[in-house]
Amino acid sequence: MLIKTNAHGFNHAVPSEITPQGIYQSRRDLIKLMATGTAGAALASWAGRDALAQAVPKPGKLTALAGAKSAVAGAVTMEKVTDYKDATTYNNFYEFGTDKADPAKNAATLPVKPWSVAVEGLVKNPKTFTLEELLKLSPQEERIYRLRCVEGWSMVIPWVGYSLSELIKKVEPLGSAKYVEFITLADPKTMPFVGSRVLEWPYVEALRLDEAMHPLALLTFGMYGEVLPNQNGAPVRMVVPWKYGFKSGKSIVKIRFTDKEPRTAWNKAASQEYGFYSNVNPVVDHPRWSQATERRIGEDGLFAKKRKTLMFNGYEAQVGQLYAGMDLKKNF
Amino acid sequence: MAGQMAGRQKWLLHPAAKPLIFIACLLPFAWLFYAAWSDQLGANPAEALVRATGDWTLRFVCIVLAVTPLRVITSTPALARFRRMLGLFAYFYVVLHLLSYSWFDMSFELADIARDIAKRPFILVGFSAFVLLTPLAATSFNAAIKAMGAKRWQLLHKLVYLIAGLGILHFFWMRAGKNNFFEVFVYAVIVAMLLGWRVWNHRAKARRRVSNNAVVGVH
Repeated sequence: MLIKTNAHGFNHAVPSEITPQGIYQSRRDLIKLMATGTAGAALASWAGRDALAQAVPKPGKLTALAGAKSAVAGAVTMEKVTDYKDATTYNNFYEFGTDKADPAKNAATLPVKPWSVAVEGLVKNPKTFTLEELLKLSPQEERIYRLRCVEGWSMVIPWVGYSLSELIKKVEPLGSAKYVEFITLADPKTMPFVGSRVLEWPYVEALRLDEAMHPLALLTFGMYGEVLPNQNGAPVRMVVPWKYGFKSGKSIVKIRFTDKEPRTAWNKAASQEYGFYSNVNPVVDHPRWSQATERRIGEDGLFAKKRKTLMFNGYEAQVGQLYAGMDLKKNF
Repeated sequence: MAGQMAGRQKWLLHPAAKPLIFIACLLPFAWLFYAAWSDQLGANPAEALVRATGDWTLRFVCIVLAVTPLRVITSTPALARFRRMLGLFAYFYVVLHLLSYSWFDMSFELADIARDIAKRPFILVGFSAFVLLTPLAATSFNAAIKAMGAKRWQLLHKLVYLIAGLGILHFFWMRAGKNNFFEVFVYAVIVAMLLGWRVWNHRAKARRRVSNNAVVGVH
């Protein structure tokens, strides 16, 4: 019998134990600030929060997928990251059930290997990418985004991926391309609720091309320093942080460039409740509830007040110009 | 058969029957209280409490509506002893439901709650059901029956049929955005059967009266 212990040979660090340089550097900066004692109280508290926000705990459950700290404006919020357990057990992924606990229970059957994504439609270079090709297409970045669900709750999640624009540039959209459509896998054999009448399958989401080109629109492969769990949309999903969560299609198998506004899954199901844009907007209520406030999952106790929802989920400085002159009440 | 029935009656008439059923009705509350205290309600405990108390309200409305049909069909008059308590538990859970919503969702901001009720039909319908249930709970003691007179008391308490319908409409509208109606459908079928039985029973009684009258020659 072969018994391996640390006593036999060298003890190498596994990749998941290695601190990414960005995090390492920001810790160093904090220590420097503290050591020199030159930091004012406000700066110290800012640096402290920064350090807290950067120290993303790796749950160590799945394959590590590290990303360098992103330099994209607004890509790294300083807020407290939601517990991995909450982020992976409280999910909307209706292909695996409508209860929020269902996806974590049922999504284990999703075969994420091999996986490929067909990029087609109005592009010069249509191509079916394997997951491995996609993973290597551009350097992975860690982005800590707020996630606001249309239902009135929110999380803060450290995603790993790169701007969707990197992929779009590779396939070169034609001048006629105006929209990008994301199509989720709809496999009734492995997704038990495909076929239920809750939505029309496959799940379809879409963005305007300029929205899709925005650097914050993230083609996402991981979270918390590891590959995506199935219930969070493995192996590749979109994350569009200034829109309600359902705009970010999961487990994507097809990306299509079109000249007409695509009919999206929720818009087809209830067009008076879910518009094409679905930007986070505290002044435009959902027909059945207010969007002015939200409950941050896990962070606040049962009796804490809800927090105020920010315009474009707090990304107004970055994405506001995309909607200049638009009536966001009409284009909700 | 008769022996079985007598046995059932004996159990239901036992002095411990009421306290036991009372404790059973409190179990969902005890569990929710314990789960909230020990952080077992999942990632969004506030939402879990609002939903669970709403579910239990609907369940108790169904249970209380089932008492009369069960009593008649199984010829077990002793079941009637528990109806008032079951009805009051429906009210207990709707109060908890309203309290959870007002507390966890609205932080007791009365102006916000008032605006929510006025603006959103599904909240208005749910709130109406609560308001209508209140006089029923308030007149559930014997002196109230005496003071009101049995006829008027009974008429007032027939409001529960309307309340059950409003409760289901509230639930239906809550789920409408997600087109996820399975549970709503289950409750609707149960309530429809329980109310349908009453209509059928009422007509059957009327028919019996007519035929009895015919036999004894009353014209």
